[in-house]
Amino acid sequence: MSNIPADLKYTKTHEWVRLEGDVATIGITDFAQSELGDVVFVELPNVGRALTAGDTFGSVESVKTVSDVYAPITGEVIESNEALGAQSELINSDPYGKGFMMKLRVNPADVEGLMSADDYKAVTG
Amino acid sequence: MPYIPHTEADRQAMLATIGAESIDELFREIPQNLRIAPGSLNIPPALDEYRLYGHMAEIAKKNVNLQDVTCFLGAGIYDRYIPATVGAIISRGEFLTAYTPYQPELSQGYLQTIYEFQTMVAELYGMDIANASMYDGSTSMAEAAILAHGLNGRTKIMVSGAVHPHYRQVLDTYCWSMSLTVETLSTPNGMTDLSAVGSESACVIVQYPNFFGGIEDLAAARKVADDTGAMLIVVADPVACALLKSPGAYGADIVVGEGQPMGVAMGLGGPMVGLFACKKDLVRRIPGRIVGRTEDHNGTPGYVMTLRTREQDIRREKATSNICTNEALMALAATIYMEALGKNGMRQVAESSVRNTQYAIKALVDAGAKIRYSGKVFGEFVLDLGKNAVEVRDSLLKKGILAGLPLGHYYPDMDNCLLVAVTEIRSKAEIDQFAAELATALK
Amino acid sequence: MPTKTVPVPQSIFEKSSPGRIGCNIPVCDTPEVDIALAVGETRDDLHLPEIGELDLLRHFTNLSHINYGIETGFYPLGSCTMKYNPKINEKTAGLPGFANIHPMQPVETIPGALEILIGVQEMLGEITGFDHITLQPLAGAHGEMACLMLIKAYFEAKGEGTQRHTVLVPDSAHGTNPASAARCGYDVKSIPTDADGNTDLKALAEALEGEKGQAVAALMLTNPSTLGLFEPNIEKVCEMIHAVGGQVFCDGANMNAMLGTTRPGDHGFDCMHLNLHKTFSTPHGGGGPGCGAIGLQKHLEPHLPVPVIRRNESGEVIADYTRPHSIGRISAFYGQFLMEVRAYTYLRAFGKEKMADISRHAVLNANYVRARLKDVLPPAHDRPCMHECILTAEKYKKEHGVRALDISKRLIDYGYHPPTNYFPLIVPECLMIEPTETESKETLDAFCDAMIAICKEAETNPDLLHDAPTTQVVGRLDETKAVKDLDVRWTFEPKEVAAAR
Repeated sequence: MSNIPADLKYTKTHEWVRLEGDVATIGITDFAQSELGDVVFVELPNVGRALTAGDTFGSVESVKTVSDVYAPITGEVIESNEALGAQSELINSDPYGKGFMMKLRVNPADVEGLMSADDYKAVTG
Repeated sequence: MPYIPHTEADRQAMLATIGAESIDELFREIPQNLRIAPGSLNIPPALDEYRLYGHMAEIAKKNVNLQDVTCFLGAGIYDRYIPATVGAIISRGEFLTAYTPYQPELSQGYLQTIYEFQTMVAELYGMDIANASMYDGSTSMAEAAILAHGLNGRTKIMVSGAVHPHYRQVLDTYCWSMSLTVETLSTPNGMTDLSAVGSESACVIVQYPNFFGGIEDLAAARKVADDTGAMLIVVADPVACALLKSPGAYGADIVVGEGQPMGVAMGLGGPMVGLFACKKDLVRRIPGRIVGRTEDHNGTPGYVMTLRTREQDIRREKATSNICTNEALMALAATIYMEALGKNGMRQVAESSVRNTQYAIKALVDAGAKIRYSGKVFGEFVLDLGKNAVEVRDSLLKKGILAGLPLGHYYPDMDNCLLVAVTEIRSKAEIDQFAAELATALK
Repeated sequence: MPTKTVPVPQSIFEKSSPGRIGCNIPVCDTPEVDIALAVGETRDDLHLPEIGELDLLRHFTNLSHINYGIETGFYPLGSCTMKYNPKINEKTAGLPGFANIHPMQPVETIPGALEILIGVQEMLGEITGFDHITLQPLAGAHGEMACLMLIKAYFEAKGEGTQRHTVLVPDSAHGTNPASAARCGYDVKSIPTDADGNTDLKALAEALEGEKGQAVAALMLTNPSTLGLFEPNIEKVCEMIHAVGGQVFCDGANMNAMLGTTRPGDHGFDCMHLNLHKTFSTPHGGGGPGCGAIGLQKHLEPHLPVPVIRRNESGEVIADYTRPHSIGRISAFYGQFLMEVRAYTYLRAFGKEKMADISRHAVLNANYVRARLKDVLPPAHDRPCMHECILTAEKYKKEHGVRALDISKRLIDYGYHPPTNYFPLIVPECLMIEPTETESKETLDAFCDAMIAICKEAETNPDLLHDAPTTQVVGRLDETKAVKDLDVRWTFEPKEVAAAR
């Protein structure tokens, strides 16, 4: 069973969101990383880029496949996780921690529309 | 038919297992109105192997082949010596009849040769890395231009007029289909004028040595690229690069070229082998296949195709290119060539070409031709004959000399110009003979 | 334990020794010159291996022993048509009158070459049912791209260039289809496959409704499909696209199923590509040279790439460059000429009388394998297949944790090249088997026996499959390491290090 922390929000496309003030930290879920297998390359957005919910903001590659990742909510990129450049495996080992992908400055109200952990569990079932 | 081993008994037994009455029944999903009766195609009748070979030999005989004439024609495809080892190895069934090495455990032989190929192409060009090869030099150049556009988003491709005219035509076609524009840089004195390259240029493409044989100033091209933010793409002859300072040493971003001069039969220009080398930081954007070294679970070293997510079968419409072959067999021929000649042999071939070329220039000028451009050349040069070059070429052909390429078809002011190549296999006597016949033709 | 047959070979770079050479190269008899004066700056930083001729030959002979080709054994790689590559083809392609001609020598001196080119074009035109054939494309994907370029030029000429920006591609298509469309600047839209394995006509109709239909430039359809099935509604599909003004491209990867039996040009297609390296027996060469050819109907003819090899009014063969509506050149010379010589040889070996034997036995062999394996590996669709069968190993994954790839790797231990795995993408745990017509019943029986034995092992001892192969010079390779610690070339010792040693 994959790990789905109760305090996060989720999307159908397997991104997670952690809201702290008006900053949303975003990554891919434990389920997504286990489906992909060993992550070997991560493409990240530039800081300052304005994203609209649903935009492709990067991609995650394993040896055999590549998946686009989508902005769960609208906002401006304030941090890209540069550590993934050298250590893409952090996405596998710590998807909700050191393996996050980016931080967005958002309107906190927008996060409300995303899926709860229970709803997301149904998606991965 | 020896290629189909089935006996009537086999067919009956197989149909019984399938549960079908006849082979026709297996085609039942094809609407009846779309089927044709076996044997109803309007094509020539079958030939047995003896008669087939005779038929092919008859057709082959109609061509003037380069064993029958002395070849001074180059223009990107060169009459160089192909070591006997090349044919012996590339005709081995394990190589000849293999598919793409998607199953690495069964393909270590081929994968290792590709790794060696990548290493040596990168070495010759002085670049960090090379791929497993492209279709030919022309498409390799077009792919390089598209890579530059993908990287910096600029839509103007600047190409020297002294790049092979056919390569530029292929570039035009590719760029048209992608809505990119191509501008041709003028070539006063046979060298590229780089002054039109600007901040909108995605890349600047020059050839080294260029189509006229001239050795372009790559240091100047690098500076223009730096000043404008354009990428520097060099189309380079790998044999010349065994002698000349390498394009990589001048700072080229991408180096492409035709690998044919290294052990590949001319074969009317196909199949060829495109070379593609670049700086390390472009690795994820390279079109085509790349082989890498890794190890198995026991730590045994081995080779696999790598960075596969760039490719069409995984990334589909977002792939770096639609290419899904390399010219593996021709790349193998080039690998054998580079390893057979090695560092000293390749250098010697290049130096012999220079010697023969210098001797030919002197002999042909003595015969009454003029040198069109005064700059340094490697193994090829342009003669101004003072009369129509097509006529001169045709009259020399009657004497058994394929004198070169008349340039009027490609460059409107060059009707009297002939592009002459002199490779390492030409002898002093052959060059003297050419000069003597040219003197007669020019009288 | 099976033992490995050969040791891991060293790279050529480790075998190199300064001063050796592997070729007796031509002697130069012209006077020496000052090289730097002639050419300017030269280099002294080139590393290439130095090795004697016998050791060079052993290097490659030993490498060939750890490489598998059709001549080594059965190669049922689906969608790749790994048929026998006749030796007579190699012999004719080696004739000096073909191998030793220069692409820029005067066209008047190569009448034999033009005869080959027109001969292949005319035979392929008759076999496929298209009005025109060009041999300019250098590979299958290059042929697809050329077809899309023709379609693009056709719509530009009609003033519909900007309007028609979409290319429809079934979800079962080869990845090259969308990649080629994107390369030509098209937006790609996927069309689903229905439960029977055919194009979903309802979804297609929706994709063609109103405005959407007016944006469609082409549908790229593989027939027989990548599921190994003939599209029975093919005429209807073509009609639907034509009704909205679009074009239909046939991916000819599976032409081997149709040779002499049915002609795509009669089905309603506007153009198609062929892989001469699959259907017409030119060798795959380890992943190239490919050899593309394309067929097209009359309305696309003005846009053909140059040179156009055709007969003039008096029947002479010419290379025509005066083509104002041409898309231009797509390759430097005349295409893969020596491959055309091989294809010509092959076509003439079969001729009128025997051409249909190819498709008939290809389809017979595929259905035979399908029938023999159906109890252990069920076919994805309950219909007769064409030249290849698509089986699913889903139950072994669910019940024993054994994947299609594990079955394939175990086949290597049994001495076979695996079938294609995981393609088409829409069939779970897919094994795609294309036996081709050149394999005997005995070979197919032995292969099927091996497959059945492996499926048994999957139930009784799945680790045998997980650990396979164990009989080769390497086991399964670490592909993650290959990407992360990228090593794509030999690194030569820096001079300082060598000097200090």
